[in-house]
Formats: sequence, structure tokens, C-alpha cells
Amino acid sequence: MASIELRNVRKSFGVVDVIKGVDLTIRKGEFMVFVGPSGCGKSTLLRLISGLEDITSGEMLFDGKLVNALAPSKRGIAMVFQSYALYPHMTVYENMAFGLTLEKGHGKEEIRRRVEKAADMLQIRQYLDRLPKQLSGGQRQRVAIGRAITRDPKVFLFDEPLSNLDAALRVATRIEIAKLHEEMNDTTMIYVTHDQVEAMTLADRICVLRDGLIEQVGTPMELYDKPDSLFVAGFIGSPKMNFITGEKTEPFGCTTLGIRGEHMVIKPDGIWEGTVIHTENLGADYYVYLEMGTDEPVVVRLDGGQNYQSGDKLRVSPLDDRIHRFDAAGKPIR
Amino acid sequence: MEASFDLWKFTKAALFYALVLVIVVVAVFPFYYAILTSFKSGTDLFRVTYWPTNISWNNYIQVFSQGSFPRNLLNSIFVSAVTVLGALFLAITASFALSRVRFRGRGLLLMTILAVSMFPQIAVLAGLFEVIRLLGIYNTPWALIFSYTIFTLPFTVWVLTTFMRDLPVEIEEAAIVDGATPWVIITRVFMPLMWPALVTTGLLAFIGAWNEFLFALTFTSNNDTRTVPVAIALLSGGSQYEIPWGIIMAASVVVTVPLVVLVLIFQRKIVSGLTAGGVKG
Repeated sequence: MASIELRNVRKSFGVVDVIKGVDLTIRKGEFMVFVGPSGCGKSTLLRLISGLEDITSGEMLFDGKLVNALAPSKRGIAMVFQSYALYPHMTVYENMAFGLTLEKGHGKEEIRRRVEKAADMLQIRQYLDRLPKQLSGGQRQRVAIGRAITRDPKVFLFDEPLSNLDAALRVATRIEIAKLHEEMNDTTMIYVTHDQVEAMTLADRICVLRDGLIEQVGTPMELYDKPDSLFVAGFIGSPKMNFITGEKTEPFGCTTLGIRGEHMVIKPDGIWEGTVIHTENLGADYYVYLEMGTDEPVVVRLDGGQNYQSGDKLRVSPLDDRIHRFDAAGKPIR
Repeated sequence: MEASFDLWKFTKAALFYALVLVIVVVAVFPFYYAILTSFKSGTDLFRVTYWPTNISWNNYIQVFSQGSFPRNLLNSIFVSAVTVLGALFLAITASFALSRVRFRGRGLLLMTILAVSMFPQIAVLAGLFEVIRLLGIYNTPWALIFSYTIFTLPFTVWVLTTFMRDLPVEIEEAAIVDGATPWVIITRVFMPLMWPALVTTGLLAFIGAWNEFLFALTFTSNNDTRTVPVAIALLSGGSQYEIPWGIIMAASVVVTVPLVVLVLIFQRKIVSGLTAGGVKG
């Protein structure tokens, strides 16, 4: 229920600048994902929004009001931590009710009603009397999310909530978070992850960060189709976009040519020739690694059920309208 | 072959238990002998026996009926309890600051706190005496509470700071987001998690205060304000040539009982606390 505006926000720890001037507007009810490699400052940015860290300079506004000096609990936020951060000595119910009991003006009945409503949303009602140590990792993370829901926050913050879970649980919890966003569609959600799949599947908009600066903000498809830099082009999408440099790029008039594996076709009159050096069969997909005189082998993504051998010679062509051209500075030529 | 193997195993077990027995006897004997002596009377006291012959409660009756021993016992309980509560309160708040609040000179302060506890009692006795006179608490229980707290705090603060530093920061941050003030974080989030450390340090502080002699002797001057260790040392017999060993032993046993009871009560807490450390936030 809150829009968030960051104006030239900076954060330094001693002499180290972690956030180097970020301007960003997050709309009401939006699901914004901060993504980037480790050390890019995405978690710090989230902590600045939460108020757990003070910003060094710049302005932070919630609904147009300056919140620079406002304590976390006064900002109307709730946060889900990577390590769950449940209170080990409290039952699930007490964990979820703790925030409400500290706020004045909530009766016992109201607290119970709100905890149970949140517990029902996450299907953890049968665990309300248990201690965190009696729960599995996935259940604990659901309790942590439930604790945040109970407070009925205006802004919901997630700090890599899935990275402690195993792969299967990660997908299941990801879907639950997506459903949660649909149900609480007027709550602004900000989600930090280093996993671009989570970013692509959950986000309304993604904010790609690098070295304390924003590289690009846009919808998942904008980032996929029109990356603003080599960095974004390489970060979004799996397998990674192929970058081709050298004389092969001359006909295209660019320094670096980017082409995704799924946007290449194998055909007899293909413009590039390469040798198969490795193949990966993922069932639905089939990756072919081609050696064709570039710095790194080129990955071609095909439908499953193909069969190539190492040493096979293949000719490939990029789809003309899917080529990304970049200049020497790594900026796109459009 | 198998028989000799069994013999070796048996010998090892026997040696092990023999060693255990020796350790137990050496550790327990002085206390056992005190109990034994406390049940003797008259000249029986000076005959060396290792088993109770006839049990007499005379000494115990005398301890509680003559002089101000019951009063001394109450003094001891009061002084030790207040010392423990005061020291734990100060130490918890101090260790929260030392482990969680970033401020200049934190490391130096921690080292200074530890250094304080390195001075022998006798070195600070004169200075402390002056302070106590200045505060006007000479010959009151507060003089002892004051000086014991000074000597207990460094250890207590140090242990609790180490313990608190190991508590996950995220739990504290979750509490901050939930709207908890530092006081609420300390009392409702940290203290329940710190039970084992609190019990251990509290118990040690209690034992220290309970058995302390030098300060108790120096800072009190009459029978009504003395604590038990001094009172026992100053117990006198019928004449100045007679040391009332039986009564001294009975008094010693009486003052040890509360410690044993405390340890037995809290031992469970200590053990369960240590295993509960495996819980991941």
C-alpha cells in the first residue's frame, strides 16, 4: 500500500562505498526484485529500505514522506530473513503474534484472529503450538512469512528467503510467494535474490544491480529482450547469452554480438561453422557447445531428443531479429 | 586367546574404576570428614574415625541457639542474592551494549573490564575501604554487595558478552522489525535464550559472594552485620583456649547445603540449555 522512492541514496561502511547513488521508484503493490551477483549491494539496499541500516546520504520516501530517520517498526514494513530468524524459545503462535503484542491497541481476540488468518493462508495452522526446532526448513520459512503477514505490512521485504531450502522446496515456496502476491495485491513487495530464475518468475519489475549502482530496471521481458548493457544481457537468461567478438562481428557492425542459445538454428547454409565439443541432454532441452574460434564455446539450445556427437561439424545461424549488438563500451546499438 | 582378551578388558575396567574411586575419595573426603565431625561431641571429636559411630545433633542445636548465627545466615542469603541479581542485571545490559552496539573504544573497554578482575583482593582493599566510608555504607550489607558486585562483574560481563555475540544477529533484527525496543529485546528475546549462561554465571557469582571472607571481615564490625564465613571463623568456645570444632563443622555443613541445593536445581537447566544450543534460529 506504499510507494517507495529512493533519491540518490548512498551508503558507506567506513571508507567502503556499498551503494553509490541509487535513484529508484517502486510503485504501490508492485513486486520488485533486486538481483545481482554477490557483493553488488542488493541486500544492503533492502536493509536501507527496511531501516535496519541508516542511509549515508540521499532521500528515502514512503508515499512521498521522508523516512530517512524513521525506525523500522514505524515504516510499516515486515521482513523475511534468509535464516528464518524465528525466536527459538517461542511457539509458532507466539512468534507470529510477537509483533502485534508489542504494538498497543490490539486485543487478544484480534491478535488470535490475525495469526490464524495468516496461518490459514500458509497452511501452518496445525503447527501453531510447536517450537521452531520441531519444524522442517520449509515449514520454518513459512512461519517466518506468516509472522510478516500477521503484521499486515505496507511493504513486504524478502532477503533471499529461499536460499536455505533444497531445490524442490524452493520451487514450491516460490509458487506460494507468487500466490501470496496475488492475494495481497495492494502490498508492495521487494525481494532480493541472486537467482535470476526467481527474479524472472516472481517479479513485476526487476532491478539489476552491479557494484552499488543500478544497471537496469524493467519487466522481466524487457530485460530479456532489450538488455541495456552487456552485464544485464549476460546476467538474465539461462543458459547465459553467447557473446561473440572479433572478426565474426564485422558484418554486423558492432564490437560484441550477443545471441541467446535459443535464438540460433542449425541449418546447412548457416553463416557460422563450429565443432561440437560437448552436449547436455536435459530431457526437454538439448544444449550443444560449439567451438568456433570465439573466446568461449557457443551454446546452442535445441529441443530435447537430439543426438550429436563430439567432433561433429555443424553450421548455425542466429535469428536476425534476435541479435543483440553492443559497442565497445558495452552499450547496445539499436 | 579369548580368555586373555577378556582378562585385559577386565583389568582396564578395574583400573578405570579404581582411578574414579581415588578421585572421588580425594575430592569428597574433606567434606565427608566435616559432616562426620559435626555429629560428634565432647572428646569424641579428637578421636579419628572414618565411620559415624553415634550421631548427636547437639552441635547443630547449639549453632542455631547460641550467638547470632541465624542472623548471619540471613545476612549471607541477602548479600549473595542481591549481589547475583544486581550483577546479572548490570552484566546483561552491559553485555548487550558491548556485543551489539557499535561504539568507539569497545575493544579497549572489554579488555579493561577483564583486567580489573586480575587484581588480587588485598590490593584494592584499602582503596575500597575508603570508597565505602565515603558512601557511608560501612558495616552494612550494602558494603559487601557493593564490593562483591565489583569483583563479580568482570567475569559475568565477559561471559555474557561472549554468549550474546554468538546469538544470531537476524533474531535481533527480526525483533527490531517487530517493533521491539532494546529493553524488550533483552528481556523477551535474549534472556530466554541465555538461560544457560545466566544460570552458570549467576551460580558462580552466588558461590563467590557466599564464601567470600576478606571483604566480609573488613567491611563489617559487629555480629549482627557479619556474614556466615566470618561468623564461623569467629565462633568461640567456652574459653579462649577451646576451639569449638564440632560447632564450626556443623555451621560449615549448614552453609554448604544451600549451595548444593542450588546446584542440583539448576544443573538440569545448565545441561538442557547446552543441548538446546543446537537450535538454528
